[in-house]
Amino acid sequence: MSVRPNTRPAGHKPPFWRDRAKRALIFQLLLVAAVAAFLLYIVGNVQDNLSARGITTGFGFLSNTAGFGIVQSLIDYSSQSTYGRTFLVGLLNTLLVGGLGVLAATIIGFIVGIARLSPNWLLARLANAYIETFRNIPLLLQIFFWYYAVLRTLPSARDSLAFGEVIFLNVRGLYLPEPLFESGFGLIPATFILAIIASIALVIWNKRRHEATGKRLPAYWISFALIFGLPLLVLVATGVPITWDIPELRGFNFRGGITIIPEFLALWLALSIYTASFIAEIVRSGIQAISHGQTEAAQALSLPRNLVLRLVVIPQALRVIIPPLTSQYLNLIKNSSLATAIGYPDLVSVFAGTTLNQTGQAIEVIAMTMAVYLTISLLVSMFMNWFNARVALVER
Amino acid sequence: MKTVRWLGVGIGILVPTVAMASTLETVKERDSVRCGVNAAQPGFSSLDDDDQYRGLDTDVCRAIAAAALGDATKVDFVPLDSVERFTALQSGEVDVLSRTTTWTSSRDTTMGMNFTGVSYYDGQAFMVASDLGVQSAKELDGAAVCTQSGTTSELNLSDYFRINGMTYDPVVFDAPEQSIAGFEAGRCDVLSSDASQLYAQRMQLADPSMALVLPEIISKEPLGPAVRQGDDQWFNLVKWSLFAMLNAEELGITQANVDEQLSSENPDVMRLLGQDGHFGEAMGVNVDWAYQIVKQVGNYADIYDRNVGADSDFNIARGLNALWSDGGIQYAPPIR
Repeated sequence: MSVRPNTRPAGHKPPFWRDRAKRALIFQLLLVAAVAAFLLYIVGNVQDNLSARGITTGFGFLSNTAGFGIVQSLIDYSSQSTYGRTFLVGLLNTLLVGGLGVLAATIIGFIVGIARLSPNWLLARLANAYIETFRNIPLLLQIFFWYYAVLRTLPSARDSLAFGEVIFLNVRGLYLPEPLFESGFGLIPATFILAIIASIALVIWNKRRHEATGKRLPAYWISFALIFGLPLLVLVATGVPITWDIPELRGFNFRGGITIIPEFLALWLALSIYTASFIAEIVRSGIQAISHGQTEAAQALSLPRNLVLRLVVIPQALRVIIPPLTSQYLNLIKNSSLATAIGYPDLVSVFAGTTLNQTGQAIEVIAMTMAVYLTISLLVSMFMNWFNARVALVER
Repeated sequence: MKTVRWLGVGIGILVPTVAMASTLETVKERDSVRCGVNAAQPGFSSLDDDDQYRGLDTDVCRAIAAAALGDATKVDFVPLDSVERFTALQSGEVDVLSRTTTWTSSRDTTMGMNFTGVSYYDGQAFMVASDLGVQSAKELDGAAVCTQSGTTSELNLSDYFRINGMTYDPVVFDAPEQSIAGFEAGRCDVLSSDASQLYAQRMQLADPSMALVLPEIISKEPLGPAVRQGDDQWFNLVKWSLFAMLNAEELGITQANVDEQLSSENPDVMRLLGQDGHFGEAMGVNVDWAYQIVKQVGNYADIYDRNVGADSDFNIARGLNALWSDGGIQYAPPIR
C-alpha cells in the first residue's frame, strides 16, 4: 500500500481551538453561561434583600381575597374574588379598549388618509387639519380633554338624555338595553356561521369561474345578503326569542341593561383619534409611494376606477403601509395604560395599581404586568408579520 | 477592557445592600433627611406660595431632622403618590415615609416596614353633593363612589357597602386632584377618603357649600410615619421625635416658651430638654434633640393648630387627637 505524502496521518485531527466552528460554539456557550449566571445572581440577590427586609415574596398572594370593587368587568367579579381574578379583569379591560381602539383607529385612519389625497380642496384641508391637530397634542392631555370636556357637558342621571326611552346618556355613562336570549335562540348564531361558510365557498367558486370563463357574479353583495339576511329571516321565523332588559332610573343611577362607562368612552375616543392621525399619514405615504404610472397603466387597460384602487394601488400600497402600521397598533395598546389617569380599570390601574398596593409585592406584580404587555405586543407583531408576508409583492 | 469595566460597575450596583450603613449614619453623612410626603394634600403636605412644603406630615419630617441633625430645615421632601410610596421606602429612596399612611397589620408585617406611631387619628368618611338630599351614608345604595387607588379606602368601601347590603360603582383615580375633579364634574355621587382629606378637598371646590361631609366614620385610620424594618436605632429616633412633641405639649412646653422652660425645675421638663440625663446620646443624637424639635418646629399642639387646627383654614377640632388628659387618645410614653 502506498501512502500519499500530503495527507495527514489517519486519526489526527486539529486541536479544537484551531477549529473555527468549535471555537465559535464554545464562545457562544460561554456567553450563555455568563448571562445565565448573571441573571441567577440578580434573582438571588433580590430574594436575599427582600427576605432580609422582611418583605413577602412569591405568587401566593394571587389566591388571596382582593376585597375591593372594580367598576367594569367582562367576567364575574365581586370584592370577594381573588387577586388572581383582578389580574384577569384588568387584562380583559385592557384587551377590550386595545382591540376596539385598533379597529376604530384603522377605520378613521384610512378614511382620513385617503381624504387627505382627495382632489376636493375642502376635504383634503379638513383631513390635514385633523392630522396636524391630533398628532401634535400629547395623548394624556387628549385623554383628559375627552374625559373632562365630555363629562362636564353631559347631564346628571336625573336629567338623562333619553333616546326612545330605552337608551340613556348621562354623566355616568351610556345605558343600553341588554338582550336576554330565550331558548331557541341558538339557531340564529348557527345560521350565521352557516352563512359565513357558504359565502366563503361562493367567493372561491366565483373566483375560479371568473378565471375560467371571464364571467362573474357580484359575490360580495350576495355574501353580505346571506350573512345578514339569513339570520334575520330565522329570527323572524322563530318569533324573535329575545327579551330586552331596559335600564331604568332607581335611586341614584340607572340599573339593568348594559352600561358603557364614560372612562371607557373617553379612553377609546382619545386612543383612536390620536393613533388615527398617525395611521392617516402612513396610509397617505403608502398610496403616494405607488407611482402614478401604475394607475395610468391600469386605466389604459380600461379597468374601472374602483378596480384600479382595489387591484393595483392598494395591494402595492399595503406593502408600504403594514410595517409602520404594526408599530402604531403596538403604540396604541401600550398607550392604553394611561387609563389609570382617568380611572378606567385597565391592567395597570387595577393590578399594577390597587393590587400592587394592597399586597405590596411590587416585583411580582410589575413583572406579571410587563410580561402581559410583552406577550400582547409580540402576538400583534407576529400576526402583522404574517399578514405582511402575505401581501408582500412576490419578486420574480 | 472597556466592556469588562462596565460589567464591573453593573455588578457593583447590584452587590447585596444588607450590610449597609445605618440610616442615621447615612443621614448624618448626607446632612439631610429624605422624607416621603404627599405632593398636594393641604393641611398635611402641600407647597405654599414660597414653594415650601407646609403641613402636619412635613412638620413631622422637620422634627426628625431637628432631632437627628439639629436643624429642622435639613429635609429633602420627596413627593410620592399612593402607589409608589411603599416601594420608595423599601428601596431606600426615602429614610422615612410621612404621608398620611394608615397603620395596618399587613403593612407592618409583609411590606418590610414599621410604623413608629400615630401622628393623626383619622377615619374614612363620605362627602356628597348638598343637593342630593342625603343625610346618612346608609342612604347611598347604588351610588357611584370616587376614591383613590392604592389606599385602604378602597377596601373599607367595599366592606361597608357589603355589610350594609348595598351596592356601589367604584370610580378609582390615581391622584386626589383627579378624584375631586371627577366629583365636581358629577361623575360620582360620593367622594370617599379620610375625613381630614375630605375637609381639605372640600375647601378646594369652586363652591365649598355645594358639598357636605356625612357624619358616619366607617373605619379606623391611624396615620403615622413609617421606616424600614431592621434598623432599630432609626426606628427609635423617628418614634421618639413624635413622642417628644406630644410630651412637650403635655408638659406645657411650646415653641414660644421653650427657652424659658430651659430653667425649669420640673424633672420631666429637664429630662425632655436635655438638662438632666443623656437620653439623646443613647439615641445616637445630641443631648438637646428634643429642645431643637420644640424650638424649631413646635410641640404637637403647635403643629396641629398651625396646619389643620384652629389657626388654619380647616379648623378641624382636636377630637381623638387631643391629649389623653384632654379627652383625646394621643398618649406618649414618658422620657426617662
